[in-house]
Amino acid sequence: MALVSVKDLHKSFGELEVLKGIDLEVEAGEVVAIIGRSGSGKSTFLRCLNQLEHHDWGTIQLADQRLDGTSMTPGELSQNVGMVFQSFNLFPHKSVIDNVMLAPVVVKQTPKSEARRIAEEVLAKVGMSDKIDSYPAQLSGGQQQRVAIARALAMNPKVLLCDEATSALDPELVGEVLRVLEDLAKEGMTLILVTHEMKFARDVSHRVVFMHQGRIHESGPPETLFTRPQTPELAQFIASVV
Amino acid sequence: MTDFTTWDIVRNLLLAARWTVVLSLIAFIGGAAVGLVLTLLRMGGLRPVRWLVRGYVDLFQGTPLLMQLFLAYFGAAVLGFDVSAWTAASVALTLFTSAFLCDIWRGCVEAVPSGQWQAARVLGLNYLQSMRHVILPQALRLAVPPTVGFSVQVIKGTALASVIGFVELTKAGTMLNNATFEPFTIFTFVALGYFILCYPLSRYARYLERRLYGAGIR
Repeated sequence: MALVSVKDLHKSFGELEVLKGIDLEVEAGEVVAIIGRSGSGKSTFLRCLNQLEHHDWGTIQLADQRLDGTSMTPGELSQNVGMVFQSFNLFPHKSVIDNVMLAPVVVKQTPKSEARRIAEEVLAKVGMSDKIDSYPAQLSGGQQQRVAIARALAMNPKVLLCDEATSALDPELVGEVLRVLEDLAKEGMTLILVTHEMKFARDVSHRVVFMHQGRIHESGPPETLFTRPQTPELAQFIASVV
Repeated sequence: MTDFTTWDIVRNLLLAARWTVVLSLIAFIGGAAVGLVLTLLRMGGLRPVRWLVRGYVDLFQGTPLLMQLFLAYFGAAVLGFDVSAWTAASVALTLFTSAFLCDIWRGCVEAVPSGQWQAARVLGLNYLQSMRHVILPQALRLAVPPTVGFSVQVIKGTALASVIGFVELTKAGTMLNNATFEPFTIFTFVALGYFILCYPLSRYARYLERRLYGAGIR
C-alpha cells in the first residue's frame, strides 16, 4: 500500500485548467522529484497534497485516509504532511525555537518542556542548534530555510513536501539546504520535492516526475529520465536547464 | 456685568477641557472594543456578517460626525428615549471611532503576508489559533502608529459634541465668548488647548512609525 496515492487529480482556477488528471503513487521512504517548466502545475499539485488548494476532481489517499477537504482537520493533516515553502515563511515575531515549538504546543498540546526537547532535536538535525534564540531576520536565507525544515519536522509528518525550497536562495546558500534534505532522504523520510536543482534531483531522488501542461508527461528513475528522455518535450526541457 | 480676567478664561477652559479628555477616552476605549469585535467578525465571520460589518463601516465613514451626533441626540428623543448629551455624545463618538478603527485594523491584518497564513495552516493551526499566535501579533505592530494617529481625530471630533449642548472645550469657549465678546482671545486659547492635547500624540505616532518601519519588522 502506497503512502500517498493520487488518482485522476483535476484542478482549475476559473477557466484555466492547471491539473488535467494526475496519477501518482509514492511509497514510504521514497524521494520523488517533480520537475518541469513554470506553469506546468507542479506547485499546484503539491499544494493539493496538503489541501492548501482543494482539488476539483479525483482522489488523494494519504496512508489510508482520503483527503476531500473535510476528512482531516488541519491539525491531523499537519501530522501527516509537512511543507517547506520557497519563501520560508518563518514567523518573524518569534525566535527560532518558538517557531519550531509553536505547532507542537498549540496543535498537538505537547507539554512545553517536551516540545522544547523535540525542537532542540530537530534544530540539531538541521545544524541550527547555535541559533535557537535568534530571530528570523537575523539569519541568512539558507539558515531560515533550515529552520523552516525543522519546524515542519517537529510535527513528525509522514511525508515532507518541498516547494522549490532553494529557489529563493543565493547560490552559495543552496548547498547547506540541499545537504539537510539529502540527510533526511538517507534517514528514510518520504520526500516530494518540486525542484529546479537538476543535479539534486538526479543524485538524491529515487524517481523523477516530469510535468508538462498539467499532466505527468514522463516519469522514471533519474538516470533513465535524464539520459534517455522518451519525449521531445522532456528532451527539450533537460537541454534548457542543464 | 462681571469682568473676566484672562486667568478666568483660561481656568474655565481648563475645567471644560477635562470633559474633552474624558469624552475622548470614552470614545477611544469604547470604539477600540467595538472596533476589535467588528474587525474579527469582518475577517472571519460568515459572508452576511462580513457584509453587515462593511455596511456599518461605510455608513459611519460616509456620513458627517455632526449628523451622527444629531441623530444620536435628537433621533433618540424622537423615538421616545430621553438621552442626555453625555450619552448621545459617548454613543455617537464610540460608533464613529469603531468604524474607523475597524477599517484601519482590517488593513493591518491584511498587510500580514499570505505566506504567514499558509505556514500556520500547514502546521495545523486553525483559524483562531493562526490569528492569535501568528497574524494578530504581527498586525498589532503594524496597527500601533495609525491607531495612535487616529486618536488625534477622535479628540478633535469631540469638539462637535458642543452642538448638542455637551460642555467641553469648544462649548465652554462659545459660552465664554457670549459673556465676554472676546472671540479672538478665547478661541485662540481653545485652539491651543486642542493643540496641546493632539500634538504629543501626533509626534508619538510619527516616532512609532519611524521606529517600526525604519528598523524593519523583526
